[in-house]
Amino acid sequence: MSAGQVGQGAPMSEFQAATLAGDESVLVSEAKAGNYAAFEELVNRYEKKIYRLGMNITGSPEDAEDVLQDTFLKAFEHLAEFREDSRFYTWIVRIAVNEALMKLRKRRSSKEVPFEETEDQDGEVLVRDYADWKPNPEQTLAREELEQILRNAIQSLPPGFRTVFYLRDVEGLSTEETAQLLNLSIGAVKARLFRGRLRLREELSKVLKRG
Amino acid sequence: MKCKNAVNELSNYLDGELDEELKMTIQAHLGKCHHCHAVFDTTRKTIDLYCDGKLFPLPEDVRARLHEALRRRAQRV
Repeated sequence: MSAGQVGQGAPMSEFQAATLAGDESVLVSEAKAGNYAAFEELVNRYEKKIYRLGMNITGSPEDAEDVLQDTFLKAFEHLAEFREDSRFYTWIVRIAVNEALMKLRKRRSSKEVPFEETEDQDGEVLVRDYADWKPNPEQTLAREELEQILRNAIQSLPPGFRTVFYLRDVEGLSTEETAQLLNLSIGAVKARLFRGRLRLREELSKVLKRG
Repeated sequence: MKCKNAVNELSNYLDGELDEELKMTIQAHLGKCHHCHAVFDTTRKTIDLYCDGKLFPLPEDVRARLHEALRRRAQRV
């Protein structure tokens, strides 16, 4: 029986039982012991989220694919160093964020604002558009149309804003976790999140506002 | 409370990080100020729209190349 399959009547291995029960610590132990199927199961669980993280931070499908591959290759190579004092996912998110930030830093010829020099850092935040939106954009717009609007809006943010917005509001990391991951102060994370949220809202308002 | 002061607390308000007194002051302002109410409400909607996890799906060919790269790496061990 190949790994990952459960044969009828056959006793389940610890790995197979862990897969069914969603027991991540057993999968990690099995993967550390050289069970590739266990590692592959961990990849299956998180590959979509890591690709999304790469797309959100780098804004480029090519870079996001590199982030995805490099993250899991590094995780495979350094699995023995994972001390299991945090979730496996938290560990690979840290790798993925570092990979994505390296991609941004390598774009020296890019016109994008570098991550460390996010604009508006200390300036006053002005709301230019107080318009309310049409009700229920999820229902009034075709799904593909709304997704394109959301993609365009987040890509329009400077990398420093969209990275903080993504980690805090989409990934659900705490302010402290985000600050630690990005090597920023708590105040800087809060400021970028505040400005990022407002700018994203203004971008969406251009399309979604009433009238 | 002025609109500018209310907006400055928008993020802390949405994250539930304000003390009760300031929260009530902002809620009172939002009850009177349609502009600020719209900004707070649509900022919350902005966050909600991004939280459904449907943006940037993993393309099947990208997934296939990932697993191929990992298998090749594993065979070298």
